[in-house]
Amino acid sequence: MLYGIPSPAQAAYGTIPGRYLFLPIAMLGIGFFAYLIVVRLVPLSRAQSDPRHGEVGARLSAVVKYWLAQWKQPRYPLAGILHILIFFGFLALAIRSTSLVIMGILADVHLLAWMKQVAQAYTIVTCYAATLVFVATAVAAVRRLFFHPARYTVPERYGKGHGGEALIVLGLIATLMVSEGLFEASGTVTGAMVHAPTESLPTLTLAWMFQRMLQGAAMEDLRTINLVAYFVHDVTFFAFLCFLPMGKHFHVVTSLFNVYFAKLNRGTIKPVNWGLAADQLDQVKSVGVKKFEDFTWKHMLDFYSCADCGRCSDNCPANAVGRPLSPRFITIKARDYGFRSHPIFGAASNGQPLMGNVFEDDELWSCTTCGACEEECPLLIEYIDKIVDLRRGMVDDGNVPKSLQKPLKALESRGNPYGKMEKKRADWVKEKEFQSAYDVRELEPVGDAKALFFVDSITSYDDRMQSIGRATARVLTDAGEKFGILGAEERDSGHEVRRFGEETLFQILREHNTEAIRESGATRIVTADPHAYNSLKHDYTDVPPVEHISELVAREVKAGKIKFKPVGNPNDVYAYHDPCYLGRHNQVYDEPRAVLDAIPGLKRVEMGRSRDRSFCCGGGGLMLFYEPKEDQRMGVLRVKMAAEAGANVIVTACPFCMVNIEDAIKVAGREGEMAAIDLVELVDQQMVRDSAATAKV
Amino acid sequence: MGGIFAYILHKGGVVDDTATELIAAAKAFDNAASPTAVAVGTGAGLDAVCTALCSSYAEVWKIANDALAYPNAELIRKALLEVLPQDAILLLPHEHFGVDLAPGLSIKMNSPYVSDATGIEGVAGTTLRATRQEFGGQVSAHVQCDISNGAVISVRAGAFKSVEGLAANGTIVDKSSAVGALSAGRRYLETIAAETGDVDITKQSVLVSVGRGIQGADNVDIAQELADALGGAVSCSRPVVDAKWLDKSRQVGTSGQTVKPKVYIACGISGSFQHMAGIKGNPFIVAINKNPKAPIFQLADVGIVDDVLEFLPALIQKVRES
Amino acid sequence: MEILVCVRRVPDTGENEILLNSTGNDIERDDLVYSINEWDNYAVEEALQIVAKAGGSVTVATVGREDDEEVLRREMAMGANQGVLLTDPAFEGSDGRGLAAILAAFVKKGKYDLVLTGVQAEEGGAQVGGMLAAMLGYPFASLVNSIEVNGNKLKISREIEGGNKEMSEIDLPCVLSIQTGINEPRYVGMRGIRQVASIPIPMLGASDLGVNGGEVGVGAAKVKRTDYFVPTAGKGAEMLQGSRDENITKVIDLLKAKGGMK
Repeated sequence: MLYGIPSPAQAAYGTIPGRYLFLPIAMLGIGFFAYLIVVRLVPLSRAQSDPRHGEVGARLSAVVKYWLAQWKQPRYPLAGILHILIFFGFLALAIRSTSLVIMGILADVHLLAWMKQVAQAYTIVTCYAATLVFVATAVAAVRRLFFHPARYTVPERYGKGHGGEALIVLGLIATLMVSEGLFEASGTVTGAMVHAPTESLPTLTLAWMFQRMLQGAAMEDLRTINLVAYFVHDVTFFAFLCFLPMGKHFHVVTSLFNVYFAKLNRGTIKPVNWGLAADQLDQVKSVGVKKFEDFTWKHMLDFYSCADCGRCSDNCPANAVGRPLSPRFITIKARDYGFRSHPIFGAASNGQPLMGNVFEDDELWSCTTCGACEEECPLLIEYIDKIVDLRRGMVDDGNVPKSLQKPLKALESRGNPYGKMEKKRADWVKEKEFQSAYDVRELEPVGDAKALFFVDSITSYDDRMQSIGRATARVLTDAGEKFGILGAEERDSGHEVRRFGEETLFQILREHNTEAIRESGATRIVTADPHAYNSLKHDYTDVPPVEHISELVAREVKAGKIKFKPVGNPNDVYAYHDPCYLGRHNQVYDEPRAVLDAIPGLKRVEMGRSRDRSFCCGGGGLMLFYEPKEDQRMGVLRVKMAAEAGANVIVTACPFCMVNIEDAIKVAGREGEMAAIDLVELVDQQMVRDSAATAKV
Repeated sequence: MGGIFAYILHKGGVVDDTATELIAAAKAFDNAASPTAVAVGTGAGLDAVCTALCSSYAEVWKIANDALAYPNAELIRKALLEVLPQDAILLLPHEHFGVDLAPGLSIKMNSPYVSDATGIEGVAGTTLRATRQEFGGQVSAHVQCDISNGAVISVRAGAFKSVEGLAANGTIVDKSSAVGALSAGRRYLETIAAETGDVDITKQSVLVSVGRGIQGADNVDIAQELADALGGAVSCSRPVVDAKWLDKSRQVGTSGQTVKPKVYIACGISGSFQHMAGIKGNPFIVAINKNPKAPIFQLADVGIVDDVLEFLPALIQKVRES
Repeated sequence: MEILVCVRRVPDTGENEILLNSTGNDIERDDLVYSINEWDNYAVEEALQIVAKAGGSVTVATVGREDDEEVLRREMAMGANQGVLLTDPAFEGSDGRGLAAILAAFVKKGKYDLVLTGVQAEEGGAQVGGMLAAMLGYPFASLVNSIEVNGNKLKISREIEGGNKEMSEIDLPCVLSIQTGINEPRYVGMRGIRQVASIPIPMLGASDLGVNGGEVGVGAAKVKRTDYFVPTAGKGAEMLQGSRDENITKVIDLLKAKGGMK
């Protein structure tokens, strides 16, 4: 729209034309912003390498899905909508903001002027965008001030609240919208006075409101309002721009890059150093992250990109039970350390050990690597790799909690964390009743059995979990699968060994198992242990394809080869608990449910937190040995969730979940009210077997 | 065979229980043996000890020296070397003092050292045959040594039943003058008493005691529940303190407290000697342990092979109901 | 401060079942897992902590065969500066006194301010430290659970009954036997062990040490073990054989009878 007053570039500000004010402001603003970006990039340029350039197609898809389409935002509906409005508002206002800056410098340059209809349409878009952004910021501010959503709270140990920063930014954004609206409205009213009467600005927008308020105002006043509004907008714009790299709103700049460079191969842990081959590990002086500089550039970018939204900690099971871990603050503390040690002005300081200064030991050992934080984060910030890297540093320094030293030593000498003898690893097959009907043998390359049942340590040695092993063997046999086991040659998969930072011990276990698997001649692997499943699938590189028993059973049920008899007690209500390493990390959600739903008469309910929001049972592998400081057990909370969903039987598909949940049922005093059963035990129980099918292998 | 001597532990003028156990050990050598008691110290306390010893020992050698007011093994070793004959067979208890004194003494006396003997089989010629334990008590071994030039033998407390009712009417021989000025490279400063925790387990009549089998700090609460239900307190064995699941003040054993309850419920405790030695007064011992071969089942009155973490909650339930 | 820690490689009682072999003259050693004697590990950790504060170096030494080298390497991975293997066929079968004689000869070849041993090893003899001190003429203290360095003296505490601590001052050089729980030993990772895998470990034999054959080895042993046995069980406990509920009922009856229930 044509205004009736000169553009800010030409207008007189005091005695000087605007351009002599706004060009320096712009140069200062842009220059300082560029300087800030350089300061922020310097630590990244010196950081560890992290190759994220491959698979451009997948990366671009991720950008479209997570950045542009804000895919994860709606997981928190209200905040999600608010953010989506602000995000799209900002995108829509991008050209408008640029042209506003130019208006203060070059009088006759109007972007989009050459396409009048586009320009008009764009004006309508920007007016509504600005208005929606304004409303969203107002709602956001009200939420902050009066409703105090729990996830924004800063626990005392982490310092003062962050509400101030949030409100400042909301204030800046609101100021931008209001000043832009006033500028547009005042300019339009002068335009109507000097040129032809114009239509009103888009109805119910901020600008429209201001236009109505300013109708009939004197030209001088309108000019003043217009120029002041412009000035305020311009200064606020550059203030906001330069404020971005100073705190959580850096994500406005970095989010696109953070999503583009996000980790694509879930399930596995990064190598110790990307430039270092696995067998060169002994040759480096130090392993793991001990100082800030030891992080990779992408991890530092993660720290910058945190929006402090608290969704990660809100879903963190360790946080929920009062362990000293809050993922949000891992990132915020690291970010703040990065800011402090690489200040805007002044020399960078570095080399301070992170442990004991920024992080506490237990903060990092408390993590079960369940992945809920990563699943939730709208910016795809990675946590597990960082925690593992920090653990690697602690292990390298010998700083391992006493409770973990014993199982680690046992894994080293006996290949299992219990310290039990290797030669007894396959004793679970010798249970009298089982052995009389089922013959489970070690795989021979010359035989025709080609499937390997990878049992792993807990199922091999724990009295209770051995029944999962036997149930799996029975199900496999009666489904007609020809399989064998590794027997005494099998070692712990090493899944948690790796995730607890003992990379060398993990490599030793992996090497041994890989060799044994190769010698067995197996062409496929099946396991009932999601940790073994995840490790064989993602951490091991030279082994045949692996599937979880639930996937196999679901397939056989669909093909009609496995049939079930009706459930024993039709009044029982079953709830399926998604194990972290089957569900969230590997997206196997439907197959176990399909199996349950195939059992006639089985009533199944979903817990509030299910599928990718499943709540960790407490962790597996080495986590069972760790003694955390916590207010209660994760398993107890999970049992409560099952009860709240109306269930009296929890079905799980992981031996560690079984340990934790059965334990929790006792601790919660719900024995007799709540039962737990493993999926394969239930399948074993309900499977229809005709006499011909129960043959010795 | 040289003379048999028994080193007497004493504190505050009172003779330690091990004194009469050493007589039993001496008798195992030679039923007719009449060991000589050796009491070291100073002042009225030492005198009282020597007098008391006369009722069980035929001869009591008193070594009084101001430097020996506190039993510093480094000084006492030197004193003994001045007093004991070269071929003496010295018996002493295997506890914190004995372990400090005996090895160096055996070198200076140029005699063999049999440590922590659990039994003495006898002497054949000049060869002594004894038994001791290895691998934390999981196996026992027979050992032998030539005692013609004397021996130092430390004896496990409680392995030899005290010999009672000896009316020895012994005499005190003062050997103090044989010992000159004493000094050593180690000097006693003071004894710092262990911090008493909130609960004094030595005063409890019912103890629910936990060992490694309780598996974790959280599970100690289960034991506390049982203790509450029975009106007792929770105690523990050494590994529980090392793992920091309970405070040191709750430890029962040779390096912990000595307790005299009426009832002792041992949960997940293997029954190592060092722990059981802290239990006096012959209480009624109930032992629950997953391992049927746990040594505690030798020492308990009633044994149950079961998982402590499953058995206890069920027991607590029933106790509350009754 | 130059510290020597005398260590020993023993069957790990946590990860093994100790059983007699078929002839009864030894334990079944086929499937055993060996590791550093737990007390010695605490001693090495203590030495490392002292040296971290007071400067100096830590040497670990053991008497044994080539297999025993692995515990030296493990302690070097933990931080010990140097490992030494004292090995010779003549040393085989030494009793505690023999081991002490070998170690004494080694100590005399060097200049150590402090010699540490663990309180005991798997044989439970608890004697090498005290014997070593007597042979060297050094002051000795056993069951040490804290050490404070004060110039050329140490302030130490010994663990005595009731959890009490006997505080003493001891002159250097001295020998101390270290009790478990004195500190929290650091973790030794596999990577660290691999990194020390090829560091040469000097081996010293009887002639290198100037040890008289008559003092060491099976022939010189003053105390000889003749066999192992498992004692026939005495009466022992009355083992309850019923179901858990039945056992509980029985226990409650007994507790009531014995005054265990209020």
